[in-house]
Amino acid sequence: MFETAAAALLVTLALALTRAALGPTVFDRAQAVNTVGTIAVLLLAVIGFLGGRPEFLDLAIVYGFLNVVGTIAVLKYFRFGSLGDTGEEETR
Amino acid sequence: MSLAVDLASWLLLGAGSIFCVIGGVGLIRMPDFYTRVHAASVTDTLGAGLILAGLMLQAGLTLVCVKLVMIGLLIFFTSPTATHALTRAALTRGLEPVLAEEGRPPSKRS
Repeated sequence: MFETAAAALLVTLALALTRAALGPTVFDRAQAVNTVGTIAVLLLAVIGFLGGRPEFLDLAIVYGFLNVVGTIAVLKYFRFGSLGDTGEEETR
Repeated sequence: MSLAVDLASWLLLGAGSIFCVIGGVGLIRMPDFYTRVHAASVTDTLGAGLILAGLMLQAGLTLVCVKLVMIGLLIFFTSPTATHALTRAALTRGLEPVLAEEGRPPSKRS
């Protein structure tokens, strides 16, 4: 049964990657990458159970944190044009 | 008893897989960014929750189950936050939602 769940997650991963490649706006691509991160977390958990090594769950936790930080960073970049304070308030 | 737990776990895993694929199909077929966000949230909430619940039933009351609960809480709190930030950024940039044409006023934002 873990194989079925892993296969379904891989199908979802392919669909999300298709949207990331097609997406007309950058927000579509960011949403697709966010979905890819969630699917990666679930796939790591399922593969850990599939191989009988639940230590993969630690990797899944780390990947979840990296996913949300990456999404927020990309959003900030595309909303403000830079990742940090440039020190120029008026000339933007 | 063990068979019942296995059966429930398989049901949860299968339902979670189906909801994940539904979210992926919606991500492809929806016409608009905002509706695509709606479709992707199906994967983030129902798909992830059901798959993690099925894995929890397989793990039993161990440290693995605690880690699965942590992953579930992480997805439960960060995914709506990321979606909210994403949608607000899209609205701020002026991305127009696709509305129904007949007799409806256009979007309030310009």
